[in-house]
Amino acid sequence: MADAAIEVEGLTKRFGDVVALEGIDFSVPARSVFGLLGPNGAGKTTAIRILATVLEPDGGRVAVLGHDVVAEPDAVRRRIGLAGQFAAVDPNLTGRENLRLIGLLTQMETSAIPPRAAELLERFDLSDAADRPARTYSGGMRRRLDVAAALVPRPPVLFLDEPTTGLDLHSRNGLWDMINELVADGTTVLLTTQYLEEADRLAERVAVIDHGLVIANDTPSVLKAQLGSTVAELGFEDATIAEQARALLTGRYPGVEREGTMVRLSSNEGPRLLVDVLRELDGAQLAPATLAVHEPSLDDVFLALTGRHAEEVGAGEVLAGEESAAAGGRRRRRGAA
Amino acid sequence: MSVDVATEIVRERSLPVRAVRDGLAITGRNLIAYRRVPQLLVFSTIQPVIFVLMFRYVFGEAIQVPGPIHYVDFLMPGIFVQTVVFGAIATAIGLATDMKTGLMERFRSLPMARSAVLAGRTLADLTRNVFVVLLMVAVGFLVGFRIHTDVLGLVGGILLLLLFGYAMSWIFATIGLVVGDPETAQAAAFPMLAPLVFASSLFVPVARMPGWLQPWADHQPVSVTANAVRYLTLGDTPLGHASDVWQALAWCAAILLVFAPIAVRRYRHAV
Repeated sequence: MADAAIEVEGLTKRFGDVVALEGIDFSVPARSVFGLLGPNGAGKTTAIRILATVLEPDGGRVAVLGHDVVAEPDAVRRRIGLAGQFAAVDPNLTGRENLRLIGLLTQMETSAIPPRAAELLERFDLSDAADRPARTYSGGMRRRLDVAAALVPRPPVLFLDEPTTGLDLHSRNGLWDMINELVADGTTVLLTTQYLEEADRLAERVAVIDHGLVIANDTPSVLKAQLGSTVAELGFEDATIAEQARALLTGRYPGVEREGTMVRLSSNEGPRLLVDVLRELDGAQLAPATLAVHEPSLDDVFLALTGRHAEEVGAGEVLAGEESAAAGGRRRRRGAA
Repeated sequence: MSVDVATEIVRERSLPVRAVRDGLAITGRNLIAYRRVPQLLVFSTIQPVIFVLMFRYVFGEAIQVPGPIHYVDFLMPGIFVQTVVFGAIATAIGLATDMKTGLMERFRSLPMARSAVLAGRTLADLTRNVFVVLLMVAVGFLVGFRIHTDVLGLVGGILLLLLFGYAMSWIFATIGLVVGDPETAQAAAFPMLAPLVFASSLFVPVARMPGWLQPWADHQPVSVTANAVRYLTLGDTPLGHASDVWQALAWCAAILLVFAPIAVRRYRHAV
């Protein structure tokens, strides 16, 4: 288990003046799932594009199954599958023709392609739609076809860039099951996600990326233990009352912090904690006006790791692609410094 | 358990073998789109047919052609050239669409020949041009176009048209890769093509244009190619000489030599 399928050392990438990756390091053990967690514009997609030989790095070293992405790109390409953020299938080809095209272009034995395509269509619940053009597919079906396309040549290393974004619950769970099966069969999976829950469900290890730097690299349980498994947000009438509540609770309960009229607590014993906290606040005549309880999110991880919120870039910038998204993140970084 | 490449189904093929196989795979994929979305083809043939009808029956009588040549015989070679020139826009739109949808990104992560995406795009558009040019020749015969040379001349003219269309495809491949968006590619194409298509000998003899425009209209590649096709279909007339054929071939070679490397270079850096 000690052998690394993917090794990344000091990886840097800039687009003009914009630094997308400032030097990231991580290593992915073979036959495991590794998660890159971070907000839009953090550099996740840039990293995946470099690992998949779509972009060239500016500095550092990246090896996939021992092959350097710059020196031996074709050796890397014969060993990887990539499913992107935007379903990259040809809308004019049928599902079956899309998979056949990928089979041809990945240099598969011609006779092996039709049975492999049929197997994947069946497995991804696309058999009934196999001979319809992909442009007639729903968003979820396209996404499944996109992932199926990445799997056609049975790649030992699979890159999934936000694979479940925009999927309904049923499709998402199906894809999660599929990823677990692939890893059981010996595949190494690197996935990016904005959802802590997804990283927690799938990945044995998670690197949290922020502004092109790895700010944490650990197992999901360790990351979550820093936070507590439940986050409670108590809203108060005004900041003065909120400050009184914070002063009352600080030191006696874990992870207490105030932000404006909001007091936030995180704990591994959520329900018990809440009963105690509410009783205490009520006794002090500081009953909260609103109450929200949730699982820790990416934002909570960021708050815990960096002391600030995960910085979302504007919706328009997200769609304009990683380059401008990275630019947005970088600008804010300078502003914050 | 091995974690390396699944050797039982993935083969290592030499680069020349991959270049041919992958290029044909992409060509086939692009041709399926023309078959499945026939609008792409229908609209690219309706426009030249409208031009034929308009110039043949509306403007034609007012346009004087030197010598004993009937206007329709002058017009049709111009229409053929116009058809392949406007058809080349499809190359830009096709590549820009692949960039926008993310397919290009997937292609770049595959162990395929780097040349295949451009070769497959331009070959598919060449195949489409065979169909469109033959159709326009048939339309020409229907409205009274006649060959004054022989079948060989017509075949030579068609081959020259296809070569010129193929060269134009590489200009538009470059444009498609640079703009990366099909709507922008479409919008950028027309202003670029207008001086080539309209300030030319395609529809009107150059001799009747203002003096300052004539040097351009006489020597630019679109006029030269139309004049060469006129020579091949009508024989040696004031409208076209044997030298036009050689000049047209030289233009095709020059365009390919300049734009193919630029497009390939651009593709390497496009995502």
